[in-house]
Amino acid sequence: MARIFAYIVHKNGVVDDSAFELAAAARKIDPAAAPTAILTGSGADLDAACAALGASYPEIWKIANDALAYPNAELVRKALLKVLPSDSIVLVAHDHFGIDLAPGLSIQLNAAFVSDVVDISGVEAADLKVVRQEFGGQVSTQVRCNVATGAVVTIRPGAFKALEGAAGLVAGNVIEKSSEVGTLTAGRRYLETVVADAGDVDITKHNVLVSIGRGIQEKDNVAIALELAEALGAAVSCSRPVVDAKWLDKSRQVGSSGKTVKPKLYLACGISGAFQHLAGIKGSPFLIAINKNPKAPIFQVADIGIVDDILEFLPELTNKARELRSVAAK
Amino acid sequence: MEILVCVRRVPDTSENEIELNRAGNDIERDELVYSINEADNYAVEEALQIAARVGGTVTVATVGSEDDEEVLRREMAMGANRGVLISDDAFSGSDGRGIATILKAFVEQGHYDLVLTGVQAEDGGAQVGGMLAALLDYPFASLVTSIEPLDAKKLKIGREIAGGNKEMNEIDLPCVLSIQTGINEPRYVGMRGIRQVAGVPIPTFGAKDLGIGACAVGEAAAKVRRVDYFVPALGKGAEILRGTREENVDKVLELVAAKGGLK
Repeated sequence: MARIFAYIVHKNGVVDDSAFELAAAARKIDPAAAPTAILTGSGADLDAACAALGASYPEIWKIANDALAYPNAELVRKALLKVLPSDSIVLVAHDHFGIDLAPGLSIQLNAAFVSDVVDISGVEAADLKVVRQEFGGQVSTQVRCNVATGAVVTIRPGAFKALEGAAGLVAGNVIEKSSEVGTLTAGRRYLETVVADAGDVDITKHNVLVSIGRGIQEKDNVAIALELAEALGAAVSCSRPVVDAKWLDKSRQVGSSGKTVKPKLYLACGISGAFQHLAGIKGSPFLIAINKNPKAPIFQVADIGIVDDILEFLPELTNKARELRSVAAK
Repeated sequence: MEILVCVRRVPDTSENEIELNRAGNDIERDELVYSINEADNYAVEEALQIAARVGGTVTVATVGSEDDEEVLRREMAMGANRGVLISDDAFSGSDGRGIATILKAFVEQGHYDLVLTGVQAEDGGAQVGGMLAALLDYPFASLVTSIEPLDAKKLKIGREIAGGNKEMNEIDLPCVLSIQTGINEPRYVGMRGIRQVAGVPIPTFGAKDLGIGACAVGEAAAKVRRVDYFVPALGKGAEILRGTREENVDKVLELVAAKGGLK
């Protein structure tokens, strides 16, 4: 069995939740695996991140280099190529950094590549058997990946239950690998991070969200959601396609590339339920989904589902809500 | 600036419900409506805007079959100068690395300053752009949401990271960028525009034209292959309200009031 490595994302000395999910994924590939964590970075933050892994990884490889203070995927790839043994299986979180890092790494390692894995069925002969999703989660597919010359596998955040120190394991040894790396330069240089605008409405502060997706169909229809939100005492949020189409501001977007919200009630209106969207909904709100496609993945995670056209259903909901409020006011 | 955009024709998920076929080994493809992959269309628009600003040409290429010419023509109607079909029986069954290997051979026949892809296809793995860059030994950035040419040798780009934040980078040309949806507002393409390019020849490049050995691509070289499709059973599933619309409205309002709304 090939040696399994996990590339660990960390920031300000804190490791990302995905670190413990990758540890779980490694053991689904091989229950007897003793996966090795690899961390790149510099200074005290890197040391703190190595220490924070606890007993999840029996061995931790540390690559300290001033050029790696900010995680530039091109530089990280060059560093990893210097230290990784051939035929390794390398696990990476499927996030904005993993998408940057992993495909190119697989080429340079001459390894197989499979991305955004949601489940692992194990190894059979030279094949790693994994599950992926396609078409926004409408269908899943079993994939066989020949790992004879190694593999780079990106793991969907949240898909594996975190493993924080298996029973009987002690905190991993930190192995210093910095000297094997040398000077690093890249054709891409990090400049700065531009923090998102706050926007006119702070969707993270609302208990009830009326959230709209592609099903709203056109810009003029956004008013339907705004009217409903007003009648319900709620705010309007949305999924990515609504922002892409410039119908609502980016500050209204719920998801891994938008805001993380923790409402008590979430009305998903014309939202299919792609995982990038669901990743932004925390705190297990009561979720009501309205979608005209009965097969929309959102119905698998919602508490209550209504198969209907939001363009017809929402205005009726608004009218009835207004009636109730005017009765209450009298 | 000479710009190449690599595109794909995919089933359009806004027009189709994706279902399994009877055998369960593929999705039902008979009635599917196909269109250009959404992120790829944004990439073409971005290329056109850059070429309009700094001069240059836009070539749109796809690895596929004759059926895929329709998306090349659609992008030519948007304004792309040239459409190219990269097609050969030897290419079928290629995995991501295979497709990247084919595109690398094509890129090396031209003189492109900038190569764009969409960040991901509906049925893809967000992989070909990064692989192509590694094969070419070009710099790469994914999830790109802004591009600003600085001079003839470099660009300033923004990448989408977590929380709606944007990571700004400087990147040397030539490079490969994978474009995120929402970077621009792709122009409308009408039937008239498509008719105007209907007669423009689309050159086809095969394995021989590109000097690609049969064992480097296709099914035999693929390290990754799909075994089958299935519909996942996630979570417990919603309780579906089956009342009339009026009944459903009442029920939703009851729930909203119980959860603290309607105040």
